Amino acid sequence: MESKDIILETRALGKYFYDPVKFKVLDNVNLDVYKGEFLTMVGKSGSGKSTLLYCLSTMDTEYEGELYIGNEKITGKKTDELAAIRNQSIGFIFQFHYLMPEFSCLKNIMIPALKLKKYTIEEVEAKAYTKLKLLGMEDQALKPASKLSGGQQQRIAIARALINDPDIIMCDEPTGNLDTKNTQIVLELFKEISAGLGQTIIAVTHDPDFAKASDRTVEMIDGKLSNH
Amino acid sequence: MKIRNLNIDIALTHIITRRRQTLVAALGVTIGIAIFLFMNSLTTGFERFSQKEMFKNSAHIKIYKEDEMSEPLQENSKPDEMHIIVNPKITTGSKTLLDPQGLIHKIKKQKFVTNVIGQVNASLFYNSGKSQLTGTGSGVNIMEADAMFGIKEYMIAGNLEDLQGSLNSIIIGKGIAEKLNLSLGDNINVTSSYGVNKTLKIKGIFSTGSTQTDQSKSYINISTAQQFLKEGPSYITTIYVNTPDPDKAPEYAAKLQSLTVYRVEPWQVTNADFLSSATVRTVMMTAISFSILIVAAFGIYNILNMTVMQKINDIAILKAVGFTGKDVIRIFVTEAIVMGFIGTLMGLMIGAALVTVLKNVYMGPPVGYFPITYELKVFSLSFLLGLIVTICAGYFPARKASKVDPVSIFRK
Repeated sequence: MESKDIILETRALGKYFYDPVKFKVLDNVNLDVYKGEFLTMVGKSGSGKSTLLYCLSTMDTEYEGELYIGNEKITGKKTDELAAIRNQSIGFIFQFHYLMPEFSCLKNIMIPALKLKKYTIEEVEAKAYTKLKLLGMEDQALKPASKLSGGQQQRIAIARALINDPDIIMCDEPTGNLDTKNTQIVLELFKEISAGLGQTIIAVTHDPDFAKASDRTVEMIDGKLSNH
Repeated sequence: MKIRNLNIDIALTHIITRRRQTLVAALGVTIGIAIFLFMNSLTTGFERFSQKEMFKNSAHIKIYKEDEMSEPLQENSKPDEMHIIVNPKITTGSKTLLDPQGLIHKIKKQKFVTNVIGQVNASLFYNSGKSQLTGTGSGVNIMEADAMFGIKEYMIAGNLEDLQGSLNSIIIGKGIAEKLNLSLGDNINVTSSYGVNKTLKIKGIFSTGSTQTDQSKSYINISTAQQFLKEGPSYITTIYVNTPDPDKAPEYAAKLQSLTVYRVEPWQVTNADFLSSATVRTVMMTAISFSILIVAAFGIYNILNMTVMQKINDIAILKAVGFTGKDVIRIFVTEAIVMGFIGTLMGLMIGAALVTVLKNVYMGPPVGYFPITYELKVFSLSFLLGLIVTICAGYFPARKASKVDPVSIFRK
């Protein structure tokens, strides 16, 4: 196996839910994620895989243990710093597409890049079109997001996740709402992104075929990471 | 595509794509501001009107000689001793101001003085046959007095100019004319409290709207008044001073006081009753109009709160892609400002329309048209308050939006 750089790492991650009763949802999770890897996380519902994903995403900060992204300690950073890290280094894809319905597809894709302020509006727009082309959606660019079908919306959401060329793309059931054909498209795309572009994908999924197609699968059982 | 500020751009998109909701929120402000503007225009209009009514008879500052009490000729030498020579009472000494022309000259030199007149007030009896009325004659230079009190406005017959320089002329109140059955051009017999009797020609009749004044007051030439009082040409009982700003009269009065030993009285002291009722009125109206603003603010608060609840998915996604809590606050406060701005502008327009309607309501003499004014001060205050209120009302929902936990939304 070639040498692998660790892009994301957790040390003894633990988390409790307090409502309705105290319950350990993550228990001593030690996970290393390598650069350019397409990693899937599987497990029964309630096993803690989504909870783990949101801890990794920096949006959930109430956990024990430590989280590192790109050798930088994330645990303990301020919310504004975390927002900047998410903006630059992490892309998100959710089961429900969460586009902003009032905006055009193009604008939905551009917003994270405009927030980043690394490129001019024209450059961002050009980039957004490249991503749309990658997903075969360039003809839908100027339509309002609410006018698209589920599969199309999910592809727009993927384009939005890719716009800032993040190091890591995190997905929560990315194909949960898609038919087989669209699932296949997304899967191919993920492979291309991870293998071709060197971006890391961490996906939570219920779909065994999807998991099988990934580079590596980890399983969560009752808040613990089982042997891969 | 040109985007200056992403937060503002997002806020504007929300507002434009949800026109109806924006309009409803703005309408809440509109009604509040329209009524606030209307009420305040009413107050200031009425304030102006009643102040003007008051300044028909009194100037901003009045200078006169106070009654002096006679002093006992001998002071008590021991505490338990008392020499009573005369009972102390006001001196019969004349009420004249010494060297009034010199004083008037000095006052005129003050920068803040717009108008000065000397006046001789004489108690008069108006006779016609056996009927007799008591009253006061104001001995004035009628054109100067007009400049100060605006007498011309209240003239219902005759001309002010006819009194100028004529020693046998008089201008009387409408009440006197009616009671004694006199009209323009008639002669009137006038006796002073010093027993001087003159027959004067009526050159004008005025109506101030105050029955009390109309039944007692008359204008005569200053020399005529001096003759009634058996006094010489330098005799003057009162000096009236007008200033650019009646509200600052006490300040100016204090400055004038340093020029003279006589009593200098701003109108606020002379008409303390007027002032206190005006203060009560202002406090009342302000309380009412602020309550209306608070009600309007709650409307905006509610609607923005609803917007935040509806936009909770958007907020979650914005936070996920790297917007900070401050960004979210800016987005929603911008929406509040735009709604407030639109609402306030509409409110100003509706308020101005209401004022215009009332302004054209004729109340009949002596009021004339309803005393309500377009006041720049009131308009700008309403505009400012409209914006401030919406920003305050918008801030709390915005802060709530900024505290949305995206994870709890995504996990639903």
